[in-house]
Amino acid sequence: MFKYLKQLTSLVAMVAVLFTFTTETMAAKKSKTLKNTQKKGFVRCGVSQGLPGFSNADAAGNWTGVDVDVCRAVAAAVLGDANKVKFTPLSAKERFTALTSGEIDILSRNTTWTLSRDADIGLTFVGVNFYDGQGFMVRKDSGITSTSQFKDGISACTNIGTTTELNMRDFFNSKGISYTPVAFEKADEVVAAYDAGRCDTYTTDKSGLAAQRTKMTNPDDHMVLPETISKEPLGPVVRQGDSVWEDIVRWSLNTMIEAEEYGVTSANADSMKTSDNPQIKRLVGAEGEMGAAFGLDNEWNLRIIKQVGNYGESYKRNIADTGILPDRGPNELWTKGGILYVPPSR
Amino acid sequence: MKFKKILPQFLTLLFIVLIFGFFTMNAQENMDTRGIEFGFGFLKQEASFDIQFSLIDYDGSRSYARAYLVGLLNTLLVSFIGIILSTILGVIIGVARLSPNYLINKTASFYVEFFRNVPLLLQIFFWYFAALRALPMPEDAPLIFGSSYMTIKGLYTVAPVWNNFDVFFIALIIAMIIIFFFNRFAKKKQEEEGKQYPKFLISLGIFIILPASTFLIGGVDLSWSFPELKQLAKTSFTYEGGLGIPPELIALTLALTLYTATFIAENVRAGIQGIGKGQKEAAASIGLTPSQVLKLVIMPQALRIIIPPTTNQYLNLTKNSSLAAAIAYPDLVLVFAGTAMMQTGRAIEIVGITMATYLSISLAISMFMNWYNKRIAIQEK
Repeated sequence: MFKYLKQLTSLVAMVAVLFTFTTETMAAKKSKTLKNTQKKGFVRCGVSQGLPGFSNADAAGNWTGVDVDVCRAVAAAVLGDANKVKFTPLSAKERFTALTSGEIDILSRNTTWTLSRDADIGLTFVGVNFYDGQGFMVRKDSGITSTSQFKDGISACTNIGTTTELNMRDFFNSKGISYTPVAFEKADEVVAAYDAGRCDTYTTDKSGLAAQRTKMTNPDDHMVLPETISKEPLGPVVRQGDSVWEDIVRWSLNTMIEAEEYGVTSANADSMKTSDNPQIKRLVGAEGEMGAAFGLDNEWNLRIIKQVGNYGESYKRNIADTGILPDRGPNELWTKGGILYVPPSR
Repeated sequence: MKFKKILPQFLTLLFIVLIFGFFTMNAQENMDTRGIEFGFGFLKQEASFDIQFSLIDYDGSRSYARAYLVGLLNTLLVSFIGIILSTILGVIIGVARLSPNYLINKTASFYVEFFRNVPLLLQIFFWYFAALRALPMPEDAPLIFGSSYMTIKGLYTVAPVWNNFDVFFIALIIAMIIIFFFNRFAKKKQEEEGKQYPKFLISLGIFIILPASTFLIGGVDLSWSFPELKQLAKTSFTYEGGLGIPPELIALTLALTLYTATFIAENVRAGIQGIGKGQKEAAASIGLTPSQVLKLVIMPQALRIIIPPTTNQYLNLTKNSSLAAAIAYPDLVLVFAGTAMMQTGRAIEIVGITMATYLSISLAISMFMNWYNKRIAIQEK
């Protein structure tokens, strides 16, 4: 008799544990960041100090860019309003400390995903929202059209605190070229010094070069060389130790990319609820319980698509239409020859 | 009674210890939960980034500790040059402020009021960005003094190439030792017999003749390496050979010197004005020449007023040199608290080391100046 009682209680306990794991309140309880965000009423997001196309503020203080849109997507998902985001502009040097110290909850600031950053310093990268690579910009009248024309004694302007400094060394060392690195703390000063002629070349991520070129006195006097010397997968980062929050940010980004894949846009999202395709229905919250595991309601993904748009819309609005990088290159869907490929929401 | 005296001090100490304990615990806990480790092992790892300008051998294959040393030496270099130049300029301007000549007097006043009232960071930006843009590109730079080029990429000048430099260096040290003992001997002679030697001329003679003789008999040889224009691309040039001084160092030194010199000038003026007129008149009345009055009567007393506030200015200059980060001069803050901190993510350790370093530099300067101040203070008998 006692034997059965013992088994019965353990069974009840197991069911109870399973039950609590599947209820939404439990997920919210487990994620301190989610709870704090909902209590505060805004998402705390770290962005750059001004990189057109990625995160840039206009004169009125409105932030736009593909990195900004990731934070807006999270705000739409957890708070129901894509505008409830507090942006904190950070230098490359400050960004990780701001995140690990809890000043911000998402770092969406053209940050390269590397092993040491992911493993070492209390950070977790949740995905890639822009595939980039480091390149070089030179003055057109220099006649340089390829990095193979670089000679000993070349000086290269760049930022400190980025992977750029390391890639640059690897590149020049492997080519056996002696060079002078001139590393500034802020991007604006790099642009000013390069523009003045302090350096022969300016090196950073190609997207950054394209964006900064627009800030030069005569943008047409400069060109980005075709070579790419490194892999720079840029993506949002969260603090280690809050896996629910990590999942929310990851799947907010994935939702935007998958929405583009299935042709769901901010304009047609509502009408897609009646689609015949169950995958599309799941994307707009019309089928399944896709928000429960995060402690969110079922229309969290619908709100992202309606308020922020899918990845393609975000890219077009921020990067293509502004003339920064009209060609999507690797940042095209895998179905269209790019490498954007995300796990399915199901 | 005694207990009452000790209690507040004990409580203060306890309070401070508790606060430190709390912050340490808090940091420890937060770092644990976020999976951040604490330790100084990273200093031995390969830095893998290059530095523009270094006084010692360095490249990216060296350790973070070596990169720290490069940054430290660059900070010390700019502070050292800045302190020397700002002292010279400060003394000149300070004396000029007291000049009876209206033009000199007003120019010095205008200089002081202008440069000390514009924020230093702005001045650094001005010298770097505004002055830099005005400099010619390497291929257009005119030849200065038959050997140097001032360009947007820096100052390129001749570099000495030594043979047997160590012999020359030892001769230099021996000369200095001889000068030291000679001066002591001369002072003693003057005190005992009232005999005066031309100390300065003899010292200078020893200082020049002894090291110079090593060229003839010590096998020391000196040749010069001149900068030569090199084409990198159609419109892109640089200089090779010689000595290249980066524009960042020039701009930073210029800004720090011009800014700090204004404060030193005011200290000098105040020090000289702080000495009573009677002192000067009394000295003149016993037959001292005007230069002897300044050297033997006014300056020794004025220095006591000048030294303590000037020490503060030296400390300020050293700490202000950390603004270098804004214009890419690879000082301690840019190299170590910048790049190295970013690459390793060791914020607490690196900021701690950097703070301790600045504290040590400042305390060392402070100790030296206190020693000097004590030495020149009036010994009450």
